[in-house]
Amino acid sequence: MKLELRGITKKFGDFTANDAIDLVVEPGTIHALLGENGAGKSTLMNVLFGLYDADAGEILMDDDAVTFVGPGDAMAAGIGMVHQHFMLVPVFSVAENVMLGHEQVKGPAKLLDVGAARDKVRELSDRFGFDIDPDALVENLSVGAQQRVEIIKALSRDAEVLILDEPTAVLTPQETDELLEIVRQLRDSGTAVVLITHKLREVKAVADTITVIRRGKVVGTAEPSASQEELASLMVGRDVSMTVDKGAADPGEPVLRVENVTVVNEASGVTHVDDVSLEVRAGEILAVAGVQGNGQTELAEAILGLLPTAHGQIILDGNVLSGRSIRQNLDAGIGFVPEDRTEDGVVADFTVANNLILDLYDREPYSRRGAIDPQVVRTHAEEQVEKFDVRTTSTQALTGALSGGNQQKVVLARELARELKVLIASQPTRGLDVGSIEFVHKRIIEERDKGVAVIIVSSELDEVYALADRIAVMYHGKVVDIVAPDTDRDTLGLMMAGAHSKEEAA
Amino acid sequence: MTTTTVGAPTPQQPAADTAPRPRTKSWRSSIGLGVVALLSLLIFGLTTQAGSQTNFVIATNSDFVTLPSLTLPAKLAAVSFSIIALLLAGWTAYRANQYRKVGLWLPIVFGMAVMGALLTWAGAGRDNTTIQLTGLLTSALFLAVPLVFGALAGTLCERSGIINIAIEGQLLAGAFLAALVGSMAGNAYVGLIAAPIAGALVGLLLAIFATKYWVNQIVVGVVLNLLVVGLTSFFFSTVMTDNPDLNQALGLPRIDIPILSGIPVLGPVLFNQNLLVYIMYVVVIVLQIMLFRSRWGLRVRSVGEHPKAADTVGIKVNRTRIRNTVLGGAVAGLGGAFFTVASGLAFGKEMTAGKGYIALAAMILGRWNPKGALAAALLFGFADALRVQLGIIGSDIPSQFLAMTPYLATILAVAGLVGHARPPAAEGTPYKK
Repeated sequence: MKLELRGITKKFGDFTANDAIDLVVEPGTIHALLGENGAGKSTLMNVLFGLYDADAGEILMDDDAVTFVGPGDAMAAGIGMVHQHFMLVPVFSVAENVMLGHEQVKGPAKLLDVGAARDKVRELSDRFGFDIDPDALVENLSVGAQQRVEIIKALSRDAEVLILDEPTAVLTPQETDELLEIVRQLRDSGTAVVLITHKLREVKAVADTITVIRRGKVVGTAEPSASQEELASLMVGRDVSMTVDKGAADPGEPVLRVENVTVVNEASGVTHVDDVSLEVRAGEILAVAGVQGNGQTELAEAILGLLPTAHGQIILDGNVLSGRSIRQNLDAGIGFVPEDRTEDGVVADFTVANNLILDLYDREPYSRRGAIDPQVVRTHAEEQVEKFDVRTTSTQALTGALSGGNQQKVVLARELARELKVLIASQPTRGLDVGSIEFVHKRIIEERDKGVAVIIVSSELDEVYALADRIAVMYHGKVVDIVAPDTDRDTLGLMMAGAHSKEEAA
Repeated sequence: MTTTTVGAPTPQQPAADTAPRPRTKSWRSSIGLGVVALLSLLIFGLTTQAGSQTNFVIATNSDFVTLPSLTLPAKLAAVSFSIIALLLAGWTAYRANQYRKVGLWLPIVFGMAVMGALLTWAGAGRDNTTIQLTGLLTSALFLAVPLVFGALAGTLCERSGIINIAIEGQLLAGAFLAALVGSMAGNAYVGLIAAPIAGALVGLLLAIFATKYWVNQIVVGVVLNLLVVGLTSFFFSTVMTDNPDLNQALGLPRIDIPILSGIPVLGPVLFNQNLLVYIMYVVVIVLQIMLFRSRWGLRVRSVGEHPKAADTVGIKVNRTRIRNTVLGGAVAGLGGAFFTVASGLAFGKEMTAGKGYIALAAMILGRWNPKGALAAALLFGFADALRVQLGIIGSDIPSQFLAMTPYLATILAVAGLVGHARPPAAEGTPYKK
């Protein structure tokens, strides 16, 4: 089915999220919608899917104008969507999730025909080689498998146009490759696929047509043969260097030592970090790589003191940190960029200025005799906003209104404002656009060059390669090995699945 | 799905499809049961006078088959009951050690054993008094009626994501309108029809505030309870006091179902009740099937667990929630009829006396399932009936402590003696697009 959008405009108050966007998606092609976060890609797709009403413009399917009042209409018309945050009920089985909304019933009592749904899941799962058990509970499935359930869900409604919203954001490198293969299969079977992403490598790998959106407008189309630099500059609106210049590290003395640390979740009894030892030297970046959920987050939080250690010691400059308060640890020179910035990094309902002094509010000169001095806070905020290129209307704007990249810059600005000995950054560029990634990476490398010991936790291999001086790979709570930054992707991928690099070499 | 790119055997299973499940041993229930069983042995078993006897009357005179009354040697019986309870606690521990859970039968049998010990102990050495087993069960079922309806109402609302603290108010409103309309019509059955309307109106208010104005649902619920108390008390002390005709003590007659009511022990308990009790059986069964096996139920549960996901497949979230909250209110209102027309009483100020909150506990204990709600409500009803029965026997326990038993049972039950219950994920959270 051919899908055409003409002059779609969507405004939120004064803000124009989509400005007269035209888009044509041909059947049997993969159409990549490329743009930074906040460029208006998701808004456009939500309009198409009937979740938002457009203020102007029309949607045509096979040259007939259609209007969608809700997602139900869009699905009935043959549009399926795999949302970035999966729309699956965790406590339902796969079959229940797939049939939800268009359930088949049987018998005089019109009870659910679970058998039919099960068969449908098996049929689609077999056709694409998904290996999905229809009776498995969704909450017990891996992220990659949940995504395949979403695809089955869309296909079970005979979707002829499939929209994938940032589908690889949560996947491991291997899962990403598998997904891209699935997308190709779908195209070859005649489905029109719209791939929304900001990841250039994926676009180049699968797209047949590329439309680039910036600030709510279509700024151009490109061929998949275009270079990553060309695509990136079209997306960001200026030249972007894809690789951050990084000189050789000049490591000094070990600053932070983690000795046999074990972290156990007290409530569930699950061991997240299992007897981990490592050390980080001044002026080097240690990247902790691994598939998400293998204990990296907990290790980072344990170093700061957010999680108690069951065994082992964390030693900063010869002082044992365990048992001290987080405030004491911060004062000892630890900077911490949490994994989930909206949840743990900023207070969304505070102004940018106040978020920038969350750790300093009771110190001179921000606070005097127990009262905060708003003028000093504001001046400080203005300096920081300038220095870190935070795009905000004012330092008094609410932080929650900022884009993800700008919120992350606020977090960085706050953490780097102190004199640091150690910087721990978890997933520092998750969900950020190319421009912000470049900026954040530059700042992190600057800190390293100032002699700070840096720990980066990242599940993105690109980021690990861009920053690391040494790479520690974690699997099931243990450090599999610590390797050099020039270790190739395949080896790292295997280590992330638990294979020891030395055994691999043997 | 895993792709292994090398021929060499990988030392460990690469990231599997199924996320690792925490394998933890939960000792909570076995410890809880063990403590209760030990207390039972110490108090009921060992303090019972040796040589005394307890009389149990199992049947009523009108029964089709008359069973003889049972006289047990008290000490032996109480100790035996307690040891059965201890064994069951041991079995729970054994299963927990193997990471396995025990079935629902265990807490039920366990409860029966402890109750057996308690009753034997209480009735020991009182030759002129007997334990009326059938009477005890009948009143347990009867006292459970408002709790069952209330817990079902809570289940209906919470499964769709709305917290219904207003059950208490819905019961009271139902009790009031049943008495008023029934008295006006001079017919208890008319009152039974009016009761759900009152509850539904309270439910509608809750639904509107919760879905349109996003007010905190617990706060709205509490306020609605106070509103209903105020309104009914006002009309009670004005209109009803001035016109006693408007607040008569009506009663639903007992309907004896032939043959079924002739079953020994359970027959008269289950099948010689009034219409409201029979409606309760139907509502429990229908809701159990509808919630878990019908299209409606699947959609309701999806709205309560992940409203956005429901919305993206074309399910109207707020409409579902409003509908369920009104329906839940109606069910609770019907349960309110228990206090007036079904009990043969006139309306009295605040006569629900916190039953709505106990119903909420029954809903949690029943894990948001109709059949679980029924079982939990029966447990609480039994605790209540026991209080009455022990009061009649003239037990050594002070009556104030007896009055506390249902609440104590509530706390123990909700505190996780039966394992951790997981509420619908989106409950209490308004759905905003």
